[in-house]
Amino acid sequence: MMVDLLTLDNVSVHYPVFGGVLRRAKRWVRAVDEVSLSIASGQTLGLVGESGCGKSTLGRAVLGLRDLTGGTITFAGDQMATMTEQARRALRRDMQLIFQDPYASLDPRATIGSTIRAGLDIHGIGTRAERARLVTETMRQVGLDPSLADRYPHEFSGGMRQRVVMARALVLRPRLVVCDEPTSALDVSIQSQILNLLKDLQQDLGLTYLFISHNLAVVEHMADHVAVMYLGRIVEIAPRAELFASPRHPYTQALIRSIPQPDPRHRNPPAIAGDLPSPDDLPSGCRFRGRCPYAMGTCATAEPPLLGGPHKAACWLMDKDHTQ
Amino acid sequence: MTAVLQVKGLRTQFATDSGLVVAVDGVDLSVNEGEVLGLVGESGSGKTITALSLIRLVSAPGRIVGGRVMFDGKDLLTLTEREMVRLRGDRISMVFQQPKASLNPVRRIGAQIAELFEYHRGLSCRAAMVQAVDLLGRVGIPAPDRKALAYPHELSGGQAQRVMIAMALALKPRLLIADEPTTALDVTIQAQILELLLDLCRDTGTAMILVTHDLGVIAQTADRVAVMYAGRIVEERAVTDLFDDPCHPYTRALLASMPVQGDVRDRLGAIPGSVPPPGRMPLGCRFAPRCAERIRHAMTICDREEPVLYRVAGGLSRCWLAAPAVVRS
Repeated sequence: MMVDLLTLDNVSVHYPVFGGVLRRAKRWVRAVDEVSLSIASGQTLGLVGESGCGKSTLGRAVLGLRDLTGGTITFAGDQMATMTEQARRALRRDMQLIFQDPYASLDPRATIGSTIRAGLDIHGIGTRAERARLVTETMRQVGLDPSLADRYPHEFSGGMRQRVVMARALVLRPRLVVCDEPTSALDVSIQSQILNLLKDLQQDLGLTYLFISHNLAVVEHMADHVAVMYLGRIVEIAPRAELFASPRHPYTQALIRSIPQPDPRHRNPPAIAGDLPSPDDLPSGCRFRGRCPYAMGTCATAEPPLLGGPHKAACWLMDKDHTQ
Repeated sequence: MTAVLQVKGLRTQFATDSGLVVAVDGVDLSVNEGEVLGLVGESGSGKTITALSLIRLVSAPGRIVGGRVMFDGKDLLTLTEREMVRLRGDRISMVFQQPKASLNPVRRIGAQIAELFEYHRGLSCRAAMVQAVDLLGRVGIPAPDRKALAYPHELSGGQAQRVMIAMALALKPRLLIADEPTTALDVTIQAQILELLLDLCRDTGTAMILVTHDLGVIAQTADRVAVMYAGRIVEERAVTDLFDDPCHPYTRALLASMPVQGDVRDRLGAIPGSVPPPGRMPLGCRFAPRCAERIRHAMTICDREEPVLYRVAGGLSRCWLAAPAVVRS
């Protein structure tokens, strides 16, 4: 039986939009809206969606970097909201983040050795010698030559920098790593090096990944389960093979058909028309209905719940009573 | 078929603190009427500098130092700047990656489009505006008469790119150069914009050079493909030939490193190392230090001598493996 390492129950993160003379909150952007999901220990959950869908906000919320408007997050059996500050601090070691842009997320004035060591210093782990040993060991694990520890980030290519970012996250021996678009800034030949490395490290260190990406093909390659987000909501969540073989939500179907396939004999017309609505001015009912080819009466009046067994979708088409 | 554009031996270099850097090193290209030529490569391959060189938009410290760019019977590299200005946006036009950075933020989009008709076609302000609104409608902007009064910041990324495309194709150019036109867009919007580009080019009989890093986009749009690596074209093929049977080891490795749908491989193909920095090119083939085929076939010539483009099925490949045996030994 697999144990869930991370569970989100009805998690919401809303941002105020200020306006008017008094700069009061006029509206709320529901960046993450009542999201429930869980990740089993040692597995990868892929979180996929287009820009503004809330996937990065959700990743930040998991790490405690965003205050929740509602809901609870449970990590290894402990509810994060009710923890003491001390327990929370200890928890931060267990959860690390790998950022998208390896150019912006490294301090240009710190050697990569001290960047990788920073987490150990902050958490006061080990003696000086032990820290140095951990840094060396972690650099080897991510494929960096330990003799490079005295170099500065500008001396490295994008792929090498991303290895530094990975080493910084892994030196604390975390259990959960939130990977937020870890390869989006990289060329495809470098992307494959990093993806292969992430898979190897998961095996070797027993890591659990929340893998956030806009790239469906990358998510299909990396994930065990996949959650599809659209404007703050999970619209579909399923085991990887299920989701790609028989996507249920019209948005997921469109997303899959929109990937440009490297096959010139099969050229696909656009899968859906229309633009994403503005997140601070959402339509009533289903958020996707304006672009949905199957939209019907019910879709405008009520938001569809996320229903189903291991393969869940939030669409009124799934609900036989409402399709009339 | 007649060629709209013929490029021979194009060379563009940058003067940097650490010496001269040759970004585009002897590129030959041709684009036929109504054709879509895909120019694909990773960052630093020189694909964007090639595109900018064709229309002479390389800015200092970059300089075009050699070659010919034949268009309409003239070598564009010999024209005066004034002649180039009349040509750009009219006979040759461009679409860039960041539409919002390419639009003037303080002018209404209708006026920005209308300006093209006033400057190049001498239309009156009012007549030009009528054309602009008509054009906005044709690129799929809803309520074009109202949207013509909008400022760029009021548009979504997809809409802004539609406006850029409207401007680029307004005067029915013979050639459109699109540099990563969908890279900043979401995947569902990307498909819409690519279709719009292809449809409009077909309608106006415009040939297109589509510059991108995405082989998927190339497969979905191009007729012919040129693959660039380290400032050189390493393979040029008809699109089906390229994807059915890629010749150059770099193209092959690039395709193997792409995660694709329904792919059950546990590991992706990876290209070891990275692109050589422009100042430090290897002596022989520029891809040799990363090439798996060189090791597999125990080829020593690759390190000594750079191959030229050899004829292969449906195109050319810059690889000793494609060279006739006589040449190789």
